[in-house]
Amino acid sequence: MQKNIICVACPMGCGITVELSDNGDILSVTGNTCKRGDAYARTECTHPVRSLATTVKVSGGVHNVVPCKSAGAIPKEKIFDCMKKISEVEVKAPVTLGDVLVENILGTGIDIVATNHCPKE
Amino acid sequence: MLNYDIVVIGGGPAGMAAALKARECGVESILILERAETLGGILEQCIHTGFGLHYFGEELSGPEYADRFIKLVNEKEIEYKTDTMALEITQDNVVYAVNKEDGLLEIQAKAVILAMGCRERPRGALNIAGSRCSGIMTAGTAQKYVNIDGYMPGKKVVILGSGDIGLIMARRMTLEGAEVKTVCELMPYSSGLTRNIVQCLNDFNIPLRLSCTVIDIHGKDRVEGVTIANVDENRKPIKGTEEYIECDTLLLSVGLIPENELTRAVGIELDPVTNGAVVNEFRETSHKGVFACGNVLHVHDLVDYVTLESQTAGEGAARYVLGKSEDPEYITAKGVNGVRYIVPQKINIRNDGDVKLYFRVGEVYKNAKTVVKYNGEEIISKKRPRLAPGEMENVVIKNEMLKKFSEGGKLEISVEV
Amino acid sequence: MKYDVAVIGAGVVGSLIARELSRYNLKIALLEKCNDMAMGTSKANSAIVHAGFDAKPGTLKAKLNVKGTALMPELCKELSVPFKPVGSLVVAFSDEEVEVLDELLERGKMNGVPDIEIYDAEKLREAEPAISPEAKAALWAPTAGIVCPYELTVASVENAVVNGADFIRNFAVNKIDFNGEEFTVSNGETEIISKYVINAAGVFCDEIAALIGDDSIHTVPRKGEYMLCDKSIGTLAKHTIFQCPSKMGKGVLVTPTVDGNLLIGPSALDIEDKTDVSTTSEGLSGILQTARKSIPVLGTREVITSFAGLRAHCDRDDFIIEPSEKNSRFINVAGIESPGLSSAPAIALFVKDMIIKALSPEEKGDFNPVREEPVRFRHMSNEERKALIAKNPAYGRIICRCETITEGEILDAIHAPAGARDVDGVKRRTRAGMGRCQGGFCGSKVVELLARELGVEINEITKFGGDSKILYDRTK
Repeated sequence: MQKNIICVACPMGCGITVELSDNGDILSVTGNTCKRGDAYARTECTHPVRSLATTVKVSGGVHNVVPCKSAGAIPKEKIFDCMKKISEVEVKAPVTLGDVLVENILGTGIDIVATNHCPKE
Repeated sequence: MLNYDIVVIGGGPAGMAAALKARECGVESILILERAETLGGILEQCIHTGFGLHYFGEELSGPEYADRFIKLVNEKEIEYKTDTMALEITQDNVVYAVNKEDGLLEIQAKAVILAMGCRERPRGALNIAGSRCSGIMTAGTAQKYVNIDGYMPGKKVVILGSGDIGLIMARRMTLEGAEVKTVCELMPYSSGLTRNIVQCLNDFNIPLRLSCTVIDIHGKDRVEGVTIANVDENRKPIKGTEEYIECDTLLLSVGLIPENELTRAVGIELDPVTNGAVVNEFRETSHKGVFACGNVLHVHDLVDYVTLESQTAGEGAARYVLGKSEDPEYITAKGVNGVRYIVPQKINIRNDGDVKLYFRVGEVYKNAKTVVKYNGEEIISKKRPRLAPGEMENVVIKNEMLKKFSEGGKLEISVEV
Repeated sequence: MKYDVAVIGAGVVGSLIARELSRYNLKIALLEKCNDMAMGTSKANSAIVHAGFDAKPGTLKAKLNVKGTALMPELCKELSVPFKPVGSLVVAFSDEEVEVLDELLERGKMNGVPDIEIYDAEKLREAEPAISPEAKAALWAPTAGIVCPYELTVASVENAVVNGADFIRNFAVNKIDFNGEEFTVSNGETEIISKYVINAAGVFCDEIAALIGDDSIHTVPRKGEYMLCDKSIGTLAKHTIFQCPSKMGKGVLVTPTVDGNLLIGPSALDIEDKTDVSTTSEGLSGILQTARKSIPVLGTREVITSFAGLRAHCDRDDFIIEPSEKNSRFINVAGIESPGLSSAPAIALFVKDMIIKALSPEEKGDFNPVREEPVRFRHMSNEERKALIAKNPAYGRIICRCETITEGEILDAIHAPAGARDVDGVKRRTRAGMGRCQGGFCGSKVVELLARELGVEINEITKFGGDSKILYDRTK
């Protein structure tokens, strides 16, 4: 079986072809122009992951929300569950860039961290 | 009257990088004027990741990318004024600006760096027929409402235009619970980055309709729906292909326009294709001592390139202020046959470094070459598996090559299939 | 509340009537169904003060046009409303049309239009360098001008309110009773009592008249679509350039606006829905095509927005300004289509005279005819700007970049008498959001300022009242 993937590891957007055996083992990866592309294609075929960027509710800050991201990639199928979890969180200002807002979200081992500062109002 | 060696107009990624580079080159007296409440520019609302891969080798969000430069600006004690709007630049490089604390500022600058960024094309520029009700806004405005203010501008969304901001907002609105019905693109290809089509649309099963546009907007107080239709090769709607889509919001991502009102008012020569100034390799405009960089010069797809270009402008401004710039002997650079534009548009051949030319193509090409010719003679040819209007290309002209050119020469870049 | 006069409809006509009546010791209510004044025809028209040669001699239109145009410069001065006497040209492209010019010249003279004359091709080109080479001649009318119609309306209401009138918004009249002495005017929730009612409801005049059983008025909304172009081509037309009139109206014009933009339009299409102000692709391409007949270089590149308005066309083909046959205390002011804006100052005097005759009120000793000019930062010298910001720092914060509008001006608009309550209201009063980015940058800031000043959450703020909210709930 053959899978065609567009690499999102960087803005190049290379088209990668992955050759798979009947039981899902990766036989070959072609079309990538860098090592990251190879790794991306392998992951995408077996357990696709994405990084997540959203906001967390802030009380007492200059804004209602502070932006955040997953410190690493999380399983693609858990994106919406993570969004739900994050929507339940509220942090108090001040928030500093890099603050961990949610630890080990949904047991993925990945933290949700603030990607900007939110000073007190 | 205040006096500064360099006044930078705009404290986004371009302005900050230019100011920092100028400082590195030895200019002490620098002032950045920023119209928003904080430095950072539009990056502050671009909370998605993907910034900095080239420059930092890391995948950062917009605010994180900005923060690295804000920190440096503070560390290097470069002066800046936020909430400050530049109103006018005079022929003698006096900058008038205004804010609440200082009132009207009158600043004599030796050099001025224009880094005002760009704005989104509004609906009016497209002349889309229909209602003028609530629920129609640019993707960037929606981005600000969602990411900074924390409010939803709509629940059922149609996006017109597949520029990067439109694609990013398709995902963002979806993540926040909105239903993005479709993204329509007038052209037969998307102007956004491929990775954004994959991550922002395909991941969420949002259909991208190419050669398709919105021809009517329905609703009295609030948008109730839009009519879309396919377009022919002349971008005219094809009768019989109309389709009504129920929605409460129409987001527009139909192009960015450099904000060159100040530039125009000083009488600086503009490039009709980029809508930005005509510049030399140090990004100096036709007005002596006025430099331009970032999206005010031409719209970039990656902030990393904005940073690099702005450092060039910062270096140029520093050389100008420190009296190090040579008298120019220019050759011109022009895009032909598929290449829409080149920045810089002119190169001083007395320059003692390599020159990187940035350019954009007008349509999608596969397995083509980009060819650089000097006075009609091919000097560089490079194979490109894929060329697209959404992705900026570049080519380096080595200094030894430059030294062989003579004043008035013509450099051309073209696409050959 | 008890009033002497209730004016229904805060368009330019109703607002100027209210202002004229506020000179007297009368209790006046100006009832408006929308969230702001100037929400109908008055905000979307050609913004032209016509010289007055179009209307058939002897009609109210002819009489009130010439008189209104004569009153306009002084009125605009009192109310600090921009008016520019740019003059107008009716251009002929064929020998038949040249004959029409002669007819218009004759008619103009009969109507008492001053100083009109025929320009030959050479003189026309001198006056309008961008005019089509096909143009053969033109009728020149120096008394014609351009005005900002919504600002005239806003200023009239502000001045009326300062002089004691009540401006009541979101009051959509749906019931009128008369007990032999007084009317009870209701919107289904609130009632007001008034001795006289003036029906200045524009395209809705027929429906309002029908509330007292008067079925004599038949309004046909006639849609006109326009395109507004960037200031960079604002001087492409030096004067208002008309083409020869047809039976649907005065055709497509190209004109500078008082703010320095270029306006192209209108189309003319009779429609049924009185709230349908949508633009159509046929309409927009049609007006551009027709306008190119006058100025061939026009394109879509500089278009910054398009819009449509409805003319309150009545089948009687003249203004209807008279007491209703059903009730002499109910005055219809209907069918006010072009030259309605030009005639409005004269219409207001005409209606005022009817009320004065009936109620014989005394003139107020302290009537103030002047509406102070709002702060216009963009028009100030740097010295004036310095002084202004020193007095109030809010004028030092630019909100709208394209039009250089300050926070102070927006606060003024919100806190003015009958001030702005929504984003479009701020835009009409200050021009914030009217520039080339069309509110892309300043829209959200205007929303914030409105919310702050009105003491509500930002998702309560509307574009123009009703269900036109800009934001839904918090994301989280």
